[in-house]
Amino acid sequence: MQKDYNTLENIIRLPHKYAAGPIFTRFYDGLRAGKILGSTCPNCKKVLVPARSFCPQCHANLDEFVEVAQEGEVVSWAYSDKEFFGSPGKPPFITALIRLDGTGCNFLHLLGGDGLNTLENVQAKVKKGTRVKVVWNEDKIGRMLDIKYFEPVS
Amino acid sequence: MGRPVAIVGSGQTRHGRRFDVSYPELVKEAVDAVFENTGISPQDIDGVVSGTMPSMMEGVALTHFYFADVLRSVGKPILKTETCGSTGVSLAITGYYWIASGLADLVLVVGSEKMNEGDSQATMTTVVEPFYQRYFIAGAPGVFSMQCQEWSNRFGIPEDKVREAATRITIDHHNDAFDNPYAHIKKRLTPDEVNNARIITYPIRLWDVCPNSDGACAMLFASEKMAKKLGLKSAWVKGVGYSGEEYWFGDSEKAIWQCAIDAARQAYDMAGIKNPRKELDVAEVYNPFTYQEMLYYECFGFCGFGEACDLVLQGVFSREGELPCDPSGGTLCTNPIGATGLNRVAEAALQVTGQAGAHQIPGAKLGLAHAMGGVDQFNGVMILGSE
Ligand SMILES: [Zn+2]
Repeated sequence: MQKDYNTLENIIRLPHKYAAGPIFTRFYDGLRAGKILGSTCPNCKKVLVPARSFCPQCHANLDEFVEVAQEGEVVSWAYSDKEFFGSPGKPPFITALIRLDGTGCNFLHLLGGDGLNTLENVQAKVKKGTRVKVVWNEDKIGRMLDIKYFEPVS
Repeated sequence: MGRPVAIVGSGQTRHGRRFDVSYPELVKEAVDAVFENTGISPQDIDGVVSGTMPSMMEGVALTHFYFADVLRSVGKPILKTETCGSTGVSLAITGYYWIASGLADLVLVVGSEKMNEGDSQATMTTVVEPFYQRYFIAGAPGVFSMQCQEWSNRFGIPEDKVREAATRITIDHHNDAFDNPYAHIKKRLTPDEVNNARIITYPIRLWDVCPNSDGACAMLFASEKMAKKLGLKSAWVKGVGYSGEEYWFGDSEKAIWQCAIDAARQAYDMAGIKNPRKELDVAEVYNPFTYQEMLYYECFGFCGFGEACDLVLQGVFSREGELPCDPSGGTLCTNPIGATGLNRVAEAALQVTGQAGAHQIPGAKLGLAHAMGGVDQFNGVMILGSE
């Protein structure tokens, strides 16, 4: 076996204050008010969510907000039952791409509720196209996790 | 089109948990190897290109400055290229540009990573911004799980068939790794072992995922004039392609994956390749996950969309197949991220110059090397030929 030499432990902790800008500030304000805000591109007519300052496809400037549906369809999901650095709560985590009704891109968030606590249950209840709706946290602070998760519509 | 560009040699380190050396010492191992393998003197290089995945991985931001001495760059121009997982192919493309432009005749290109020194999963969270995606993209497996599902749904591939093909791929590659002296994980796997391995993020299980590796790769890129003067067995860059898409994961489709399709198309057009499955002799596809390897086969035109599983099960892409893919064991067995893409280029170069040793594909003359970076955002391809 090869010899292991010493190691040096060092933790880098760097504080940042990220400027959200006008669009994300407004999007977060929307979440705090229980609304999911998007933008409609005047050129390609796509409704983009989260709201943004320009259309990534046509580069049209977007300054009008639209409230988008709080229901949609599952596009794909991934299941993990291990806690990890930066994980959004306690496992299991079901990350999912969700196409909210009337929008033109997939919204990245979590699935939960309705017994979605084991892989078997998720496999049984969630397929491509499964209808899901938003479940809000009681305390909303204007952050992404104000949406607790999306749960299947029964 | 620039001037013709040759790859005149490469050097790879032993890969694994390399706590026996410091990070610069690890890089030195690859740099010393390429000079030893080619007999070239470090003082003859015109410049150096170096890169890692995100510098955050090892907690030193300016790695190319840290490595200045071992890169033999004192007194020479130095560039850094950093494009996440595709860093290695981007490094090769940077070296190619430098020579093709006519501004240099001999350039040292080095990729490296020491993944075991930090927390690679935590590092992955710093690849994305904190407003939206960082909550949900806490590492690669979740992203690739969703992409795999999107792909199998889109083309109606039954889940058990995808599993069976992925199992075949991982068993083959871990066998192939025994013939690659530089490979990290070498293991004889059984289907039961693979199919019942613990879940990382469903549907991805342990043996569907690449390891955390420490390692480095160094290559020398040369002009035609320099290559002739050196008289070494050389691989020639026939085509390069690099393409990306929108930043947010949900903005673009990942089953018919445009940036992968476009990167390959750019490289094929430049190399004059019309039918990649027939014309290529070997491909070093970036395969950190079994499922993704099959998606690449389709995006790169090795087969039609939705066909990869069947062809994998027929052995079309295995060592003795029509188009052998990752005979080195690929990224699946060895993944020092900043070096990984360059390992793909080095392996393709070894193949087309007949120097791949025990995993040589007999008579290989045209090879493809590839890497992917970001949250399924960028793909880079390089085509190498024996002449
Ligand atoms: Zn638009």
